[in-house]
Amino acid sequence: MKVLVPVKRVIDFNVAVRVKADGSGVDLTNVKMSINPFDEIAVEEALRLKESGKASEVIAVSIGPKECTETIRTALAMGADRGLLILCDQAIEPLTVAKTLKAVCAEEPPGLVIMGKQAIDDDCNQTGQMLAALLDWPQGTFASKIELTEKRITVTREVDGGLQTVELTLPAVITTDLRLNEPRYASLPNIMKARKKPIEVRSIADYGVDPTPRLKVLAVSEPPKRRAGTRVDSATDLVGKLREAGVI
Amino acid sequence: MPVLVLAEHDNKLLSDTTAKTVTAAGHISTEIHVLVAGANCGGVASEAAKLAGAAKILVADDARYAHALAEPLAALILSLAEPYEAILAPATTNGKNILPRIAAKLDVPQISDITAVEAPDIYLRPIYAGNAIEKIEASGFTKIITVRPAAFKAAENTGNAAIETVTAVADPELSAFVGEELSYSKRPELTAARIVVSGGRGVGSKENFMLIESIADKLGAGVGASRAAVDAGFVPNEFQVGQTGKIVAPELYIAVGISGAIQHLAGMKDSKLVVAINKDENAPIFSVADFGLVGDLFEVLPELERALDEGGTPP
Repeated sequence: MKVLVPVKRVIDFNVAVRVKADGSGVDLTNVKMSINPFDEIAVEEALRLKESGKASEVIAVSIGPKECTETIRTALAMGADRGLLILCDQAIEPLTVAKTLKAVCAEEPPGLVIMGKQAIDDDCNQTGQMLAALLDWPQGTFASKIELTEKRITVTREVDGGLQTVELTLPAVITTDLRLNEPRYASLPNIMKARKKPIEVRSIADYGVDPTPRLKVLAVSEPPKRRAGTRVDSATDLVGKLREAGVI
Repeated sequence: MPVLVLAEHDNKLLSDTTAKTVTAAGHISTEIHVLVAGANCGGVASEAAKLAGAAKILVADDARYAHALAEPLAALILSLAEPYEAILAPATTNGKNILPRIAAKLDVPQISDITAVEAPDIYLRPIYAGNAIEKIEASGFTKIITVRPAAFKAAENTGNAAIETVTAVADPELSAFVGEELSYSKRPELTAARIVVSGGRGVGSKENFMLIESIADKLGAGVGASRAAVDAGFVPNEFQVGQTGKIVAPELYIAVGISGAIQHLAGMKDSKLVVAINKDENAPIFSVADFGLVGDLFEVLPELERALDEGGTPP
């Protein structure tokens, strides 16, 4: 069984985001970019399936500018077998990504798609669910544990009230939550080896998908800033201040 | 044109995230329908009927909707979607799970986690963990929207909507419920609590978290945690406040032993009053705190408890 892992190139989670002065977006010039952390967890989970003999091949796919090659290389250095880069130079919406991935699934076809539950740039949390819907597959979102058998997959999901476990038919789409696993670091020899692994390059047009966004971004602005307040010296002092403020 | 709100509930109680989503829906249309899909959920429907602004409650009461699985619920909502200008759900794990399926099937984009409705088709939503706010216009298609409950006031309980039964539709039989481990707590639910007390890595252990809980109980507060505390196993996942956990905006947020990573701030920085207790005076949490107390939490928390006792019970 092949496992497809979509990976997104995003601003590194440690970078402080700056909104552009003209309100057109977030400044990405000379900013460190990395693989979306949830996607890294997805790569790790796919590799564990392969290592336990339950998956035959792990394919990392990324959609975006040519720099996404680096994101795919990260997945390959972790251990993914091959990459697919789908070039697209404009910003695209989750539905567009889902449509493109659907077309990829038709070509491959994978038994499982594992992907991050959300990207830390747009915080949409949509693509996995949309892909599952377009394919008429089940979805195991916000997964903290998966168990794969011959024909089914059991997924423990992190939900608002605690944990929910569901059983899905295969093929299926899984989206990862933080506690699914702890991704490995790529070793230097594996980073070297990853340079020789194949990355196929295609264009989004090859898949017959129109990348034009349908939502209009009118402006991107800074959120209202909180200011640091005052320091208090003791718990008694604090309680006094909170009582004064009328909150307790 | 009417709009549809997907109710959040556990078949017994209607979550107040629904009332907040109804408020958001009211900025889009004056005709609001609320869908209560569940099993033996008649009581929830009666609760929903009281929501001010709701014109009609649709009830789909069937075993296949008992656990809010995305596949059968999406099939149900799609069967009802046609007349609606917008379909909204609270941005809970259920809303986030189900709505993108609807959007994809209707071939429309989704607008996630809105925090304001500026005009019926213009919305604000946070991106980059709340470090930027995007203003979006969606026109010319059915709007599929998840709503950040903490950003809206709950609709009042002064309504009297008609209740109408809708027929269940075929389950695509792709998914089955196996089980759940839900935490039942006498404490207020995190996203609805007026006061939240959260602990971080600094708390040090599962046992020490009792200190946090004890303060929370004194204040009638909900209990939260940073990702670090959840990852370390001090508390279960449902306690997590942050970019990918729960988003809270209580009147008072007390962060104890939390350094204040941007991912955590994303989940609490809209709180009205923030208190930080941390032994590291350079911890970033102090930069967003109205009141900061530098000190060892193991000394501060017992003192805090005593100080709270001295002033009698909270109002």
